[in-house]
Amino acid sequence: MQPGALSKALKGGAIWGFIVLELIFFSIAGQFLSLSDTAFMDFDNMLLLLKQSAPIGIIAMGMTIVMVNGNIDLSVGATFAIAAIVLLDSMTWPIFAGLGDWVIPVAWLLALLAGTAFGALNGLIVWKTGVDAFIVTLGSMLGYRGIVFLFNGENPTSHLNWTLVDFAEAEFLGLATASWFLLAVTLGIWLLMTRTVHGRNAYAIGDNREAAVNAGIRVGPHMMINFAIIGFLAALSAVVFYSESGSVNPNDGQLYELWVITAVVLGGTKITGGAGSVIGTFGGVIAIQLLRKGLGHIGADTSTVNLVIGLILIAVLFLDRQLNLKGKEALRI
Amino acid sequence: MSHVKPVLHLEDIVKTFPGVRALDGVSFSVMPGEVHALMGENGAGKSTLMKVLGGIHQPDGGAIFMGEERVVMSGPLEAKAKGIVFIHQELSLAEELSVAENIYLGELPRKSFGRVDWVTLREKTDAILKKLNVAFNARTRVGDLSIANQQMVEIARALTVDAKAVIFDEPTASLTDAEKVVLFDVIADLQREGVGITYISHRMEEIFKITDRITVLRDGQYQGTLETAETNEEAVTQLMIGRKLDLSRNPSHHELGEIALEVRGLSCGSLYEDVSFHVRSGEVVGFYGLVGAGRTEIAETLFGLRTPSHGTILLEGEDVRLNSPADAIAKGISLVPEDRKGQGLVLGMNCRDNMTLPQVDDLKAGPFVAEGAEISIFDQYRDRLDIRTPGWKQKVGNLSGGNQQKIVIGKWLSMKPSVLIVDEPTRGIDVGSKSEIHKLLRSLAAQGYAVIVISSEMPEVLHVSDRIVAMYSGRVMRTFTSEEVTEDSLIQAISGLGGDKAA
Amino acid sequence: MVTVSRREIGSMLAKQGILIAFALFMIGFTLANAKFLSVDNVFSVVRSSAILGVMALGVTFVVISGNLDLSVGSMMSFSTIVVLDLHDKIGPALAIPAMFAMTLCLGAFIGFLVGYLRLNSLIVTLGMLSAIHGLTLTYSGGQNMDIADKEGTWFSVFGQGAILGVPTPILMFLSLAALLGLVLAKTPFGRKVYAVGGNGTAATFSGIKRARTVFTCYLISAGCVAVAGLIQASRSLGSQNTVGQGLELEVLAAVILGGASLMGGVGTIFKTVIGVLILGFIQNGLLLLGLPFYFQFVVTWIIIILAVWLDIAAKRGKLWSPIA
Repeated sequence: MQPGALSKALKGGAIWGFIVLELIFFSIAGQFLSLSDTAFMDFDNMLLLLKQSAPIGIIAMGMTIVMVNGNIDLSVGATFAIAAIVLLDSMTWPIFAGLGDWVIPVAWLLALLAGTAFGALNGLIVWKTGVDAFIVTLGSMLGYRGIVFLFNGENPTSHLNWTLVDFAEAEFLGLATASWFLLAVTLGIWLLMTRTVHGRNAYAIGDNREAAVNAGIRVGPHMMINFAIIGFLAALSAVVFYSESGSVNPNDGQLYELWVITAVVLGGTKITGGAGSVIGTFGGVIAIQLLRKGLGHIGADTSTVNLVIGLILIAVLFLDRQLNLKGKEALRI
Repeated sequence: MSHVKPVLHLEDIVKTFPGVRALDGVSFSVMPGEVHALMGENGAGKSTLMKVLGGIHQPDGGAIFMGEERVVMSGPLEAKAKGIVFIHQELSLAEELSVAENIYLGELPRKSFGRVDWVTLREKTDAILKKLNVAFNARTRVGDLSIANQQMVEIARALTVDAKAVIFDEPTASLTDAEKVVLFDVIADLQREGVGITYISHRMEEIFKITDRITVLRDGQYQGTLETAETNEEAVTQLMIGRKLDLSRNPSHHELGEIALEVRGLSCGSLYEDVSFHVRSGEVVGFYGLVGAGRTEIAETLFGLRTPSHGTILLEGEDVRLNSPADAIAKGISLVPEDRKGQGLVLGMNCRDNMTLPQVDDLKAGPFVAEGAEISIFDQYRDRLDIRTPGWKQKVGNLSGGNQQKIVIGKWLSMKPSVLIVDEPTRGIDVGSKSEIHKLLRSLAAQGYAVIVISSEMPEVLHVSDRIVAMYSGRVMRTFTSEEVTEDSLIQAISGLGGDKAA
Repeated sequence: MVTVSRREIGSMLAKQGILIAFALFMIGFTLANAKFLSVDNVFSVVRSSAILGVMALGVTFVVISGNLDLSVGSMMSFSTIVVLDLHDKIGPALAIPAMFAMTLCLGAFIGFLVGYLRLNSLIVTLGMLSAIHGLTLTYSGGQNMDIADKEGTWFSVFGQGAILGVPTPILMFLSLAALLGLVLAKTPFGRKVYAVGGNGTAATFSGIKRARTVFTCYLISAGCVAVAGLIQASRSLGSQNTVGQGLELEVLAAVILGGASLMGGVGTIFKTVIGVLILGFIQNGLLLLGLPFYFQFVVTWIIIILAVWLDIAAKRGKLWSPIA
C-alpha cells in the first residue's frame, strides 16, 4: 500500500461512513427521544428525505464543478430566487394568455434561461476582468438579490397552476418528481465531470491553472460554461421547488450558498480546486439532510441544526488536517 | 550545412517591457536533428525568448520562421499545433489527474458529445511510457509519483505530437543519473527523427556531452553561436558573463575563534541522519551536495523550523533546544533562506520594513515602531552592503535579485547573530552581485561571524569555504579542509562513492 | 513617453480611484439634491453606517492578515441578544463586560482554529456563521429580546446619546477607527499583520509568530463586533435573533471597496472608513433621488466589481484580463 493511501481511502469513504453513523445514531436516539411513533429508518421517510434534498442537492452538483474548477459561487441563492420569480410571474403574462397549459414549458424555459444568463454573467465577469470569483459572486449575491426585491418589493410573488402542481407532486416508480430531477442532475454532472473533455479540463484548471494555460486549454470559456451550468442548476432547483409551492418570497434562497458549500466541502471537494467528486457531493447533500431530519426526529429545533452543521463543517476540516499531518519532522511554517 | 533549412529560426527578436529591453535583436536557429544549447545567466533573456516562441509574449520586432514559412505565434496552442513542444523546468502538471491526462493535457482525444476517448488515450500513453522505460502506467495519479517521475511525465509530453522542435528547459534538475541516461536516449531518438532540439541548461558537462552548437545570451543580447566540438567551458563562460569568473580558491585565512556551533549526531526522520559538525567563529563552512541531500533541512532544524528526532545542538558549548525561529534568533542564529522570494522577503513591503522585520518588537518608541531607528538601521546596511535602491520606501519586489538578496542578508546582519547560515546565497543572481556576495561572506567571517554556506555550485563552495562538508543522501560523507579538497574527491563524496576512504 | 505618462495617470487614477469615486458621488448627489450635504443628513448617514463601520474595522485586520471573517454578522446578533438579555438579569454595568467576554471567546475560538490549527478561514467562518446563529437561537429560545424598562435605563446612551451634539455611535466609530488605525499603521503588531498577510512563510522565517498574529486579528474583529452589538442593542433596546444576518457581506464589501486585497497584506483603516462611508452615502443618496431602497444593492454590486477590477487592471497594466 502506498503511503497516504489509507488516509485517502478514509477520506474517500468518510462521507458514507458518516451517513451510516448518522443513521445508527438517529435510529437509536429516536427510540428514546422521538416524538413520533414511526422509526427513523422508515422507507417512506428515506424517500421523503431524498425529495427534500433536491433543492440544495441540484445546486450542489453545479457548485461541485465550479469549485473543482477553482472558483466559488456565492450568488446561487439569489439566482434561485430570480428564477422562481420568472417562473411564477411569466405564467401570468398577458402575451402567454392564449397558451393554456402550454404556458408551463414556456415559463420553465424562461426561468432556466434567466438562471443560465445570470450564471454566465458571473462567469463572463470573472473571465474578462480577472477579478476573483469570490468577490464577483459576493457582489452579484447583493446585486441579484437587489433585482429580486426591485421586482415586487417585499411582497411575495404567487401563482398556482394546478397542472404544474400535479406534475410536481407526481410520483414515478415510487420516487417524487424532485427526486428524479436530483438523480438525473447527479448522473448528468457525473458524466460531464468524469467522461468529457470539458470536465477533465475543469479539473486540470482547478489543479494547476498555469499548466492548463501552457497546455493551451482556454481557461476563460471553461469557467464561464461552469458558471452558466451552476446558474442553470440554481434555476432548475427553483423550477422544481416552486412548481409545487407556487409562491416565492423575495428572501427565499438566502443562505442556500452556505448549505450548498457545506454539502460540497463535506463531500470532499478541495476548497482550492482540482479535486472533488459528484458522488462525494451527493453523499454530502444526503448527510446534511439526514442531520436536519434526524435532529428534528429527536426533537431538536432549527437552532440546534444550525449549531451542529456549523461545527461539523469545522470538524471535517480539522479531521482532514489531522489525516494530512506529515509527522514531527515536518517544516513548521 | 547551407542547403539544409533550419526547422526553426528566430530572427532579430526584440521584446521590451516597461523600462527594460528584455530581448535586443536576438537570432537563434535550430537545424533538423540538431541539439542546440541556449545558455546565459539568469535574466539573460532565455526564458523571455522561449515565451516569445511559445506565443505567451508577442515580440515587438523580428520574426519567427518555421522552415520557409514566417509564422506568428498567437499562443501555446498554436505553437503546439505547429509542432513546437516545451518541456518546462517548473513542473506544470495537474497532480490530481492521471498520467495519461497530464501527458495529453489540452488535447485529450475526443469521441462524440465531447467525451474523452479513454481507450485511445491509454493506448497512446502506454506506448510513450514504454519508450521512456518508466515504472508507472497511464492510470497512475501524478501526485503519487516522485518528483523525478513527474519530470519524466513532463518529458513524455514531447513525444505526443509529431514534434518539429522540442525545447527542454533545465530538464535534468531533479533527475537521477539513471533517469538522465533515459532522457538522453529520448533526445537521441528525437534527433534521429530529424527533430530540432533546443536545450537550456546550466550544467556544462551535459551541454558538452549532448549538444552540437551553443548559443549564448547576455543581458538580452545575442553573444554568439559556438560549435560545441570546437570550444570549451572557459570560452562559453567568458561569453556568458563578459569576463572571466574569479573561481580561485579561498585565498585568505584568518584567525579562527572558539567553536560557535556544534552539532552532534543530529537526525531528523528520514531527512538526514547522524550529522555531526562544528563551526568556529571566523570560519566559513561550506555544505556541498546534490539537491535533496538534506542540507537545507539541517539549516531549517538549526533555525527552529524542524524538530530533530535525535542528537544535540550546542551553541558556544551549551546544549540548546530550538523550538521556533524566534528562539533561534534570540540565541544568535540567523538563516538566509534558499527561496528568496518565497521565504526571505515580503515582496509587497518596502525595503526598510523588510530589513527590520525580525526586530520590529524591539524598535519601539512608546507603543509605536520607532521609524527613525528603523531608517538609520536601513541606511547603515544599505551603505555597508552597497544596496542599490532609490530609497527605503521602494518595494523590494521592484529590486533586482542581487539587491533583494542583500536586503535579506542585511536583515540578518542587523540582528548581530553569532552564527549566520546562508542557503544558496547566489541563486538567480547576476554575476557581478555574485562575487560581491562572495566577498561579503568572506569579510563577515573575518569580522568573527561563524558562517555556514549551503550551495549547489562547486566553484562557489570552493571559493568561499575554509572547510567543506560533503553530504550525500542525508549523511555527512566527509569533511575537507580547503587545502586538501579537490574537485574530484568532492564529486565522489557527494555521489556517495567512497567518501570516507578517500585521502 | 506619452504612453508612459498615460499609464502613470491610469495607475494614479486607479490607486486613488476610491477617493475620486467618493468625491464624484458626493458632488453628483449634492447637485441632485441640496439636502444631501446638510449637517443633519451627513450625521444621519454616518450614524446609520456606524455599526457596519465598526465591524469593518475589525474585519480589515483579518483581511490584511490574509484571512476572511464571514461570521461577524451572526456574531453581532449574538452580542446584541446577549447584552439585552443580561441587561435585565444582572444590570447594564455587568452585562456589557459579560457580553464582551463571551464575544471575545467566540473570536478566540475562531482565531485558534485559523491561527494555530491553520484551517481554511473561509470554511471555518462559514461554519461559525451557522453555528453562532444556532447558538443565538438556542440562547434566546427563538424569542425576540426586549429590555423591560426602556425609559429608565442609561444603557441607551451608546446608541441614542450625543456628546456636544455629535451622536455617540459616530464618536465611537471614529475614535475606534483612529485607535485601530494607529495600531495597524504604527505599532509592531500592525507591521506583523502586514507581513503575515503579505507572505506568511517569510514572516515565519523572520521569527514572527504567525499563529499568534492571526489569533490576535480575530480577537480584534470579535472586539469590534462586540462594540457593534452594543451600539445596536442600545439603539433599539430590543432585537430579533437575526439582526446581523447578511451584514458579514456588506462589511466585506466595504473592506474590499476600501482597497484591501483578499490575498492579504494590503489595505488601511482609513480606506476602509471611506469604503463604509461610500456604501452609506450611496444608500442615502439613492433614496433622496427617490429610487427604491433595494436599488442600492444593484449599485453596490456594480461598484464593488468596478473598484476591484480597476485596482487589478492598474497593477497588470491592462484593462482586460489576459486569460484566454
